[in-house]
Amino acid sequence: MSTTTETPAPGAAEQATTPVLAVEDLVVSFDGFRAIDGVTLEVAAGELRFLIGPNGAGKTTLVDVVTGLTKATEGRVLFQGTDITGEAEHRIVRHGIGRSFQTPTVFEALTVVENLDLAASFRRRLPALLRSRRGVSDDIAAPLERIGLQATADRLAGTLSHGQKQWLEIGMLLVQQPRLLLLDEPVAGMSPHERTATGELLQSLAGEHTIVVIEHDMAFLRAYAQQVTVLHEGRVLSQGNVEYVQHDPAVREVYLGRARDERSGGVHLDVPSLVQEGDDGR
Amino acid sequence: MTAPTTSSGDIDAGIPPESPAARDARWGRPRTPMSLLGPRGASPWVGRLVFVAAVVLLFAGPELIADPTRLRQWAEYLCYAMIAVGVDLAWGYGGMLVLGQGVFFGLGAYAMGMHLSLEQTGPGQLPQFMSLYSDYSELPLLWRPFEHLWFAAAAAVVVPVLVAAALGWLVFRRRIRGPYFAILTQATALVFWLLLVGQLQLTAGTNGLTNFSEIFGRSKYEPGTNEFLYYLAAGGLLVVVVLASQLVRSRYGRLLIATRDGEDRVRFLGYDPAVTKTVAFAVAAGMAGLAGALVAPIIGIVAPNQFAVLPSIIMIVWVAVGGRGTIIGALLGALAVSYLKTRVSETRPDDWQYFQGLLFVVVIAYVPGGLVGVARGSWLRGRRLLGSRGQRGDVSPPRPTRGTTEVTA
Repeated sequence: MSTTTETPAPGAAEQATTPVLAVEDLVVSFDGFRAIDGVTLEVAAGELRFLIGPNGAGKTTLVDVVTGLTKATEGRVLFQGTDITGEAEHRIVRHGIGRSFQTPTVFEALTVVENLDLAASFRRRLPALLRSRRGVSDDIAAPLERIGLQATADRLAGTLSHGQKQWLEIGMLLVQQPRLLLLDEPVAGMSPHERTATGELLQSLAGEHTIVVIEHDMAFLRAYAQQVTVLHEGRVLSQGNVEYVQHDPAVREVYLGRARDERSGGVHLDVPSLVQEGDDGR
Repeated sequence: MTAPTTSSGDIDAGIPPESPAARDARWGRPRTPMSLLGPRGASPWVGRLVFVAAVVLLFAGPELIADPTRLRQWAEYLCYAMIAVGVDLAWGYGGMLVLGQGVFFGLGAYAMGMHLSLEQTGPGQLPQFMSLYSDYSELPLLWRPFEHLWFAAAAAVVVPVLVAAALGWLVFRRRIRGPYFAILTQATALVFWLLLVGQLQLTAGTNGLTNFSEIFGRSKYEPGTNEFLYYLAAGGLLVVVVLASQLVRSRYGRLLIATRDGEDRVRFLGYDPAVTKTVAFAVAAGMAGLAGALVAPIIGIVAPNQFAVLPSIIMIVWVAVGGRGTIIGALLGALAVSYLKTRVSETRPDDWQYFQGLLFVVVIAYVPGGLVGVARGSWLRGRRLLGSRGQRGDVSPPRPTRGTTEVTA
C-alpha cells in the first residue's frame, strides 16, 4: 500500500482511482445463514455514502466485517488497496478506519477531554502512555470545538445527554484522523436540532474524510446523502445517488412490498417514505 | 453534493446555522470557567499536604508504637497494603478480579525466605530442613543464587512480574475475562500451594522456611531490627503508592479504566486490551512480590498456607472494604482489616473467620464503595448542605461496572 501511495506522478493518478474501501465478493455466513451473500462495493475518497436497507439486510454485519469484529467467510476487504480481511480490530483502526456503534459507547468514568485524549493517543507506544496528560493539545481542542462540547470538557462523559454522547463519540473518531469513518445510525435518538447539526457536521467532514453512514432516517438521508447503497437480504440491491435509488424499480418493489406487509401487521419499516415523492417528512 | 437541494431544504427549513451562543443556551452554560489547562477539582495543594502528612505519619510509626510486637505487626500490615494497592490496580482500575495474588506474594516471600535460610546456615551449607527431608549432598542449583541478597531481592519482584506477564498475555490475548479469569487465578493459587507442599526437598513442605535469626546481617534480637524492618516496609509502601498513583494518573491509567468499562470499545480506538491488562496484572504481581520479600523477615516464617486460596481471597476483602478504584481506599482497607483481625483474634480467636465473611458480605451488599465511598458520600452531602455546589467531574470515582459486580456477587 505504502508503495502505491508514495510513488510520485503515476501513483497519484492511480491513487485517485483506488477506492478508499473496496469490498469484493464478500460472504458472511452464520451457521449456514448467509447474512452477507456476495457483496461487492466501492467507496471513493471523500465520499459521503449512506448504507440503507430493511432490518437484517446485512448493513451492520458489513461494517462489522470491515472493522474486524466479524470474520468474513469468503471474499476480501481492501482499504486503499491493502487487504485487511481478518486483521485484528485494533490493527484495522491503526490503518485509519474509525467506527461508531448504534448505542453510543463513551467511557462514562472519564471526562469528555479524557475520552478525546484517549482516542487521540492511540498511536502512542506504552512508555509514552505512562506520562500524564498536561493540558489540552490543539489536536483535541479543535475537534472539541467542532463537536460543540467545550462547555462540558471537564465533565464526566456519563453525565452527558444521549445526543452529546453521540457527538463525543464522533469527536473521538475525529481526533484519530481516520481516512474512513463508519457510522452506525449516528442520529438515532437525537432531537431535530441535533440531527441538523450532525448532518452539517458530516457534510463538512466529507471530502477530507470518507464517510459511510448506516441510517434508517429517510428525511436525514434525503437531506445529506451523496451516494446511497441499498442492501437487501445480504446483497446490493441498488446503488447510486438519492434520485436514482428513489426511482429504482427494484427498491420500490422491496420497500412497497414490505410496506404492504406492514399494513397487514407484518414487518415494521419506516422506509416507504423513501419512495414517496414530495412527502413532507416533518 | 448529489442530494437535491430542495429536499435538503425541507429538513432544516427555518433553522439557521447555530451560533455558539445558541449552542450554549441549548446545552447549558458551563457552571465553572473552563478549566482546560488547570487540574480538575480542588487546589492540588490540599492533596499534596495530605500526602506529606500521611508520609510523616507513616515514618513516625516507631516513635508512636513503643511495643515491639505491635510495631512488627504494623510493619506486616504495611506489606499487606502493598498487595492491596496492586490488587486495586488490577481489580479496581482494570476490572480483573485477581483471586490468586497469593501466588505472587508467595513467590516474593520464598525468594527472600530462601536467602534468609541460607543466611542462617552460612555459605555452602545446606539449610536444616534439607538435611532432614532430602538426600542433597550440596545446595541444589535452584537455591544457589539466593545466597546473594541482591539476587533474592531482585527475584522477589522480577519473578512474579514475569510469571504474571506470561500468564496474563496468554489469557488476555485469548479474551478470557470476567469470572473465567477469576477462576483461573484462583486455580493458580491452588496449584502453587500443591507445588510448595509437594516439593518437600526444595521448599520444606507445609512447615515452610523458618528460624531466621540473622536478618540482613543483623540479629533478630538486636534492638534496632524491628525499627529497621518497619522502615523497610514503609519505604516499600511509599514506592508502591507513588508508582501506582503515577500509573493511575497517566494516560495509561485512563486507558485502564476505559478497558475495564468497555474492553471492546477500546479495541475500536486502536488499542490492544491484552497489552493494557497484562501490564496492570504484572505490576500488581510485582507489588505483591515486593510485599512478600519484606514480610518474610518481619513474620519470620514462609509457609504454603500463607499463600494459598484463602489468603488470596482476603486480599480482595481488603480492597473491597477500603473502596476499590482508589489507591488510598485499598491501602486503608488492608490496614484496617488486618488490624481488626489481630484485635479480634487476640480476644476471640475462633470468631475471626465468621466476622471476616460477614464483613465482606455486608460491604459488597450495602457499601459497594467501601470506606472511601462512605467518606466521599458524606463529604459531598456535607458540601451540598453548606450550599456550595460540587464541581461536577472533579473526581472520577471508577464506579463498579455491571460485569465486575456480577463477579464479586
